[in-house]
Amino acid sequence: MDVVILSRLQFALTCAFHFIFVPLTLGLSVLVATMEVKYARTGNELYLRMTKFWGKLFLINFALGVVTGITMEFQFGMNWAEYSRYVGDIFGAPLAIEATSSFFLESVFIGVWVFGWNKISRKAHAVSICLVAFATNLSGLWILLANGWMQHPVGYVLRNGRAEMVDFLAVTFNPNGWLKFAHQISSAYVVAAFFVLGISAWHLLRKNETTFFKASFKMAALFGLVAVILCGLTGDISAVEVGKTQPAKLAAMEALWDTQKNVGISLLQLPDTDNERNYIELIKLPSLLSLLATHSLDGEIKGLKDFPKDERPPVMPVFLSFRLMIGLGMLFSLLAFLAVLLSRFDLLEQYPLFLKLLVFTIPLPYLANQFGWIVAEMGRQPWIVYGIMKTADGVSKSITVGQVIGSLVGFVLLYGLLGAIDIYLLMKFARKGPDSDVSSLINPMKRRV
Amino acid sequence: MELQVIWFVLWSVLWAVYFALDGFVLGSGMLQNFVARSDIERRVVINTLGPVWDGNEVWLITAGGVTFAAFPTTYALMFSYLYTPLLLLLFSLIVRGVAFEFRGKVDDPRWKAIWDRALLVSSFLPALLFGVTFGNIFKGLPMDAAGYHGSLMSVLNPYGLVTGLLFVLLFVVHGGLYLSVKTTGAVKDRSVSAASAVWIPLLVVAVVFLAYTYPATHLFDNFLAHPGLLAVPLLAVLSLLGIKVFLVKGKLLPAFTASSLTILLVVATGVIGLFPNLIPSSLDPHYSLTAFNSSSSPYTLKVMTGVAIIFLPIIIAYKIWVYRVFRAPVTNQDVLDNKQAY
Ligand code: HDD
Ligand code: HEM
Ligand code: HEM
Repeated sequence: MDVVILSRLQFALTCAFHFIFVPLTLGLSVLVATMEVKYARTGNELYLRMTKFWGKLFLINFALGVVTGITMEFQFGMNWAEYSRYVGDIFGAPLAIEATSSFFLESVFIGVWVFGWNKISRKAHAVSICLVAFATNLSGLWILLANGWMQHPVGYVLRNGRAEMVDFLAVTFNPNGWLKFAHQISSAYVVAAFFVLGISAWHLLRKNETTFFKASFKMAALFGLVAVILCGLTGDISAVEVGKTQPAKLAAMEALWDTQKNVGISLLQLPDTDNERNYIELIKLPSLLSLLATHSLDGEIKGLKDFPKDERPPVMPVFLSFRLMIGLGMLFSLLAFLAVLLSRFDLLEQYPLFLKLLVFTIPLPYLANQFGWIVAEMGRQPWIVYGIMKTADGVSKSITVGQVIGSLVGFVLLYGLLGAIDIYLLMKFARKGPDSDVSSLINPMKRRV
Repeated sequence: MELQVIWFVLWSVLWAVYFALDGFVLGSGMLQNFVARSDIERRVVINTLGPVWDGNEVWLITAGGVTFAAFPTTYALMFSYLYTPLLLLLFSLIVRGVAFEFRGKVDDPRWKAIWDRALLVSSFLPALLFGVTFGNIFKGLPMDAAGYHGSLMSVLNPYGLVTGLLFVLLFVVHGGLYLSVKTTGAVKDRSVSAASAVWIPLLVVAVVFLAYTYPATHLFDNFLAHPGLLAVPLLAVLSLLGIKVFLVKGKLLPAFTASSLTILLVVATGVIGLFPNLIPSSLDPHYSLTAFNSSSSPYTLKVMTGVAIIFLPIIIAYKIWVYRVFRAPVTNQDVLDNKQAY
């Protein structure tokens, strides 16, 4: 075990853990804001109760999103000092902009939202959750612009022994970053939609608060359907972009060994990395991959053998994650479509099996998100900044194996414990259902002096 | 003024504001177990912090982000050289954040007792570690062409520990004063007593710190070269004394203002002494990280200056608004009325 492997492991672990909480925050903030705006507009108490119930789950999740985020910021310096020194001139800027433009806004107004029920007007209160939703999503944009720069560096020159920024607008409007943002936001909304659908289904199966949960279900179903469609569209565009900017990643995603034109897709396929071929390739759909990746039937796609062995990403995990992500995406489209249909015609109670299925679907969008990141990040290997710097060159020089083992063990224990508590609390409050008593909140101005 | 100097100043301001704001959250966290006896009193204490703690912590995140963007070499070396202390700091901040959120979510005295204990430890450790880290930065880190020659043990040197103790006591007094402004009844009375009691050891440690700084660091060089600057440490001492004067007169808000000023001025004293270094080398000044040799390119600094000019006024405006909305003291009734409160 060396410092590079251990730091990679630690980075992957802490990123993945941060990313359990991030998607729900991104999506649920938008849903809760929608609910409260409806309440502020209509005064309908149902929407107030929805805001409170889903808002509580939002907050339990939010706490871990915040604290695991601080880890991310510290780690670039702690474990990836050479990387930070080499690219800080460019990479630091989006991180600093993220903090000033988004984190302040979100952290201040989440406080206003939680503690301001009796202190500000109904409208101002609804505005504060809207600001939270806006800020969390904006923070996603900046961090993905940072990540997008690592995937497809633009607007820089190599000078003074480092990458220096020469064009801020190029960094800000990097198509790779915006694509990542669009795809990531829609996949986060899928997570939130199925979270709300699953919990509502659980209660509908038990005939708890049916009006409340039908209304929640309906809202989430539509939100989910739109999100999953956008997810597929943006994913498709991402694949074309990957083919243009990171051909080795695309080849690994499809386990394509030889450069070809008119490439098809085999539904059943398994790569054999040692022998640079696939064990099986069955049920071939001709030309489909060329069509998807280049948007033309006889587009040429580079195979892995065209890259030196030490510049190929690990094929198996990238390939499998990509397949699983897409498979799950298709499943979600089907489920979201049915959910819209059945809730629209008020047929949910007639299909308990469908409701049960939705309960078990809750974890799957989370998995799809993790798979997506494995494709994006592992597929970029061995580069930490594509084409400029290798991951192994980015690691800190001054840290020792003992230090990183110590921190890794610490993270596993602490994160394991906190994750378990958080999931326990989410389940506890999700099962408990909404509070029937909102009397102290009906007149928010009551106690204002 | 040169951009690097502007960013040195902004970097210092971010740290100073962070300590002045999170200082009272950390201090209140350390005092919570002592000034609040019953469950409802403890909830009152936590709820005085509820609307503001995350927003205050973001000053730290911004200070980190700005170090990365404006002084990448300093960011890289500082964080990797001080790996273990920063890791402990990180773990404490993680535990503190969830302690606020988790404590009230299960209605069981043992559960709450665990999180009260966790809050105490995870408020004390960051205060200590920030002090130790800054003490070591004032002193300089043992670094040269070959890299870093220190270890966790070498960081825990006497000067580092004195600075650590200074931060802990300063934050306890600051937190006590915050709670005496923001609570009522018994909690308020105990907070006032705590702040007055801890003020005495704080004064002693502050004197030791100032005296020890002369042999242990080069901070005084800049002051001796420009004696006019001595006004800053002098004002720090005056505002430290001012805390007691206001406390004796029973003027709590001015006392809290004085402790905020003390923190700002202590940090100002430190960074004026450091300038132009961000981290001096204790082995050879040649290898010190300065605002000039560790900064980003002029282009990046220009972009970041634009960002700061746009966003800082907006942030300050809504922060002031929020502190005004929540200016009233928190009462037991407030906590019972809000089901979403901590
Ligand atoms: C697409 C979205 C996204 C992505 C890719 C990341 N984050 Fe994140 N982050 C968020 C979306 C987000 C968020 C939804 O905005 C969070 C979650 C909970 C919260 O308060 O904000 C957050 C919290 C959060 C915080 C705490 C903010 C606070 O205290 O309020 C920090 C410091 C970071 N993140 C830093 C990072 C870094 C350095 C990342 C890169 C590896 C990263 N995040 C990936
Ligand atoms: C923008 C900031 C990011 C940076 C600088 C970054 C950098 C890195 C680095 C240095 C590694 C370790 C090297 C390696 O790949 O093994 C890594 C791996 C990884 N990262 Fe990121 N990453 C970023 C964003 C993210 C985010 C937000 C996620 C969300 C979960 C993520 C998911 C992963 C995963 C799953 C791996 C494991 C891949 C592997 O082990 O090969 N990354 N990334
Ligand atoms: C349905 C068809 C889908 C396609 C064609 C698709 C395509 C892609 C591609 C090509 C990437 C890699 C981008 C890169 O490396 O730069 C990616 C990444 C990703 N995918 Fe998908 N995806 C699909 C569905 C989903 C679904 C359903 C989810 C989750 C609910 C999801 C979540 C992610 C995430 C989180 C990433 C990493 C962030 C990013 O690179 O944008 N994807 N996807």
